[in-house]
Amino acid sequence: MVHFFSHGDSLAFYVLALIILLSAMLFLQFRKVIYMALAMGAIFVGCAALFLLLGAVFVGIAQVMIYAGAITILMMFAIMLTNHEATESVSAFGIRKGLAALGAFLLAVILLFTIRATHWRQSLVVNTDTQHNVDKIGFMLFRQYTIPFELVSLLLLAALVGAVWIARQTKEEKQD
Amino acid sequence: MTTVHIPLPSVLALAAILFCIGLYGALSKRSLIIVLVSLELMLSSVNINLVAFSQLGAFPNLRGQVFSLFTITVAAAEIAVGFAIVLAFFRFRKSADADDANSQKR
Repeated sequence: MVHFFSHGDSLAFYVLALIILLSAMLFLQFRKVIYMALAMGAIFVGCAALFLLLGAVFVGIAQVMIYAGAITILMMFAIMLTNHEATESVSAFGIRKGLAALGAFLLAVILLFTIRATHWRQSLVVNTDTQHNVDKIGFMLFRQYTIPFELVSLLLLAALVGAVWIARQTKEEKQD
Repeated sequence: MTTVHIPLPSVLALAAILFCIGLYGALSKRSLIIVLVSLELMLSSVNINLVAFSQLGAFPNLRGQVFSLFTITVAAAEIAVGFAIVLAFFRFRKSADADDANSQKR
């Protein structure tokens, strides 16, 4: 374990992992919904930094733009448009919370043991060239994955129209 | 081409812990918005796995990153529709708590 810390990139990874997990803990600790949204923004930015560290430049930038930018702002809007004073109940530990914590903890233990027990073959030489990464992803998206790409654009259109349709004010609600 | 010393199991462990935190948040939080956002956290931790395997796996190639782009897009579509449903529910019931979403009557 010691020699992992001797390299700059693995040290950076452990610091990033610590920041991400701390933000996640803060997310669980906060009572006010708006603070939770802010902590979630911090987690998303941390994930983006992790992608950049791993050399996945395109996905990292997309993560910043979509998750840290769009989704966090959308979250803020949703909180402001609904009950923005909302807080989580202070009640210590109900049966539901206890069961949820137990289930999540058991899943975490199983997953961590499985990861530890498996022998992972790892490639030590990684292509971290930005130009190569972006070029290759572009070629893959428009040559090999053209049909899924178009289908995703259709899905986005349907989701946009559907979201506007669902959130609109109906006539009977206006009369109230 | 550079040498990377980040151990793959550590990245997978980080993603697993984040997934479980998201699962706990989705199951235990009361606000509907926070439940949706916890789902996003779970999807994001899966993305970490995809990118980690695509860069550090035994046979590195960019397929994992293309898949994670699709996941990000679908997650964005999901959160948009989800928040629209929460807004409609709030106007209907004057509350955004998961506890109040237990019947279709007004």
